[in-house]
Amino acid sequence: MPHLCSRDFIRPLLLLVLAFAVSACSRSGSEERRTLVLTGSSTVAPLASEIGKRFESLHPGVRIDVQTGGSSRGINDARQGLAGLGMVSRALGEKEKDLKAYTVARDGVALIVHGDNPINSLSDTEVVSIYQGKIGNWKTVGGMDAAITVVNKAEGRSTLELFLHYFKMKNSEVRPHVVIGDNEQGIKTVSTTKNAIAYVSIGAAEYAVTHGLPIKLLPIAGIPATLATVAEGTFPISRPLNFVSLSEPKGLAKEFIDFARSEAVHDIVRSQYFVPITEQ
Amino acid sequence: MFPSRSNDRLLWILRGSAAISGIVVLFILLYLVLGAWPALRNLGLSRFFFDEGWHPTEDVYNLSPMLLGTLAVSFGAVALATPLGIGAAVFCNSYAPAPVASLYRGMIALMAGIPSVIYGFWGLVTFVPLVARFVPHGQNLFAGCVILALMILPTIALIADASIARASKEYQQSSAALGLDRWRTLRRVVIPAAGSGITAGIFLAAARAIGETMAVIMVTGNVVRVPDELFQPTRTLTANIALEMAYAMGDHRSALFVSGLALFVMTLVLTIVAQFFGKVRSHV
Repeated sequence: MPHLCSRDFIRPLLLLVLAFAVSACSRSGSEERRTLVLTGSSTVAPLASEIGKRFESLHPGVRIDVQTGGSSRGINDARQGLAGLGMVSRALGEKEKDLKAYTVARDGVALIVHGDNPINSLSDTEVVSIYQGKIGNWKTVGGMDAAITVVNKAEGRSTLELFLHYFKMKNSEVRPHVVIGDNEQGIKTVSTTKNAIAYVSIGAAEYAVTHGLPIKLLPIAGIPATLATVAEGTFPISRPLNFVSLSEPKGLAKEFIDFARSEAVHDIVRSQYFVPITEQ
Repeated sequence: MFPSRSNDRLLWILRGSAAISGIVVLFILLYLVLGAWPALRNLGLSRFFFDEGWHPTEDVYNLSPMLLGTLAVSFGAVALATPLGIGAAVFCNSYAPAPVASLYRGMIALMAGIPSVIYGFWGLVTFVPLVARFVPHGQNLFAGCVILALMILPTIALIADASIARASKEYQQSSAALGLDRWRTLRRVVIPAAGSGITAGIFLAAARAIGETMAVIMVTGNVVRVPDELFQPTRTLTANIALEMAYAMGDHRSALFVSGLALFVMTLVLTIVAQFFGKVRSHV
């Protein structure tokens, strides 16, 4: 009797294996589908991936394959032709002028404090001193007499990178009291902590303000932190998010770039807290 | 013929499901080891204990503050939740009238079902601001211990409740016959008899505390720091993985797998200890 039962058990298993094998064969059989591979910046990747999904749904038979690996991988892969397009979360440098960059969105970082905080602006040196722990009380910069809760981002986040780059700091010099992951956590922390200071994506901060959360965006170097100043490129802590290519893009790559820069994806760009480009 | 055949089938189904859960654990371990291997090979194990700090983008990878952070938060939570949980169980069994006891049990079971992110959110918007009235920065080790204690309290309370109920049934009448009062029966007879069950519950709760992520991320501040003061922030291993994994690459990513492996080992040790207590019980 036992072997009868074990055969009963094995039969569905065999069927399952067969099903897998068949599906694998059929997949490799239809390789004439058009595929565009994008590699590079982990900041751009989620955006590219969402835009890719919409593009795929509009163009049946097309596959947009998005892989991360950092902006430098995006540059390398575009140069060597390993990827259809590279993704780079900064403006191209002098040594990278052989590549063509197509900006799909901009990213900006704003300093935020609680809505009840009387401080309306901080100089760059004050911000650096606060983040390095040299100024520990709001009184020193003309605010109330309360200890400053410094909120920093977790290692590897692009907002952290952009923030450190602008203020010329190393992350090991920062003396935080709270380390956060995403923008929402930063906004929640500041809106419930009267003495906190944090920095988040401008898109996320503006969204929170319009939904009535008690936070305030501080200007940087006198320039107000708004989506408009980021779109113009005048806001200092901002950067373009680019697709790069070695040669003039043609065919699928060109179609995808045009789509990613069109108004049809502005809602996706905003939902990722980036700023859509205004001029074409 | 029929019973033996269906027994046989049941046996195979049970063997199959046991094999699946065993294989899944082994695969997770394999995945962790494979992920951690590049960092262990490139950096060596000792750097995870003796580096300057944890700044993977600046190439320093000291994990030990977070190991201690995990231990401190979990230990604090267990220390707070254990007396409360056992108290609740004793109240349910020996002092509460039957309707109150069943209502109370239902409430504790409900508490066990609340998702951790709710505890974390409540901690962030309500408890942390409360703590911040008394100390400069509200997100700290203390807040983490309290929120986590609330989360694991139902585990301890429900398991202690079940063990005490079983022990009471066995011994209560005999000890009443000996003329012992309720408090003495509890202290000298029921609780010692239920002891190993209660201990197993505490270890189970501790394992949950070590693995908890969302609630802890929202209230402990997550600054990488040896947890030497109750009202300073600290970071746990789970928080470290959740905060950094999405954007980590190369050795940084691999170092996060080392965090995961460290967690795995910690839970393994705890499980072995808990099993040891389970064995003690079965020999008694």
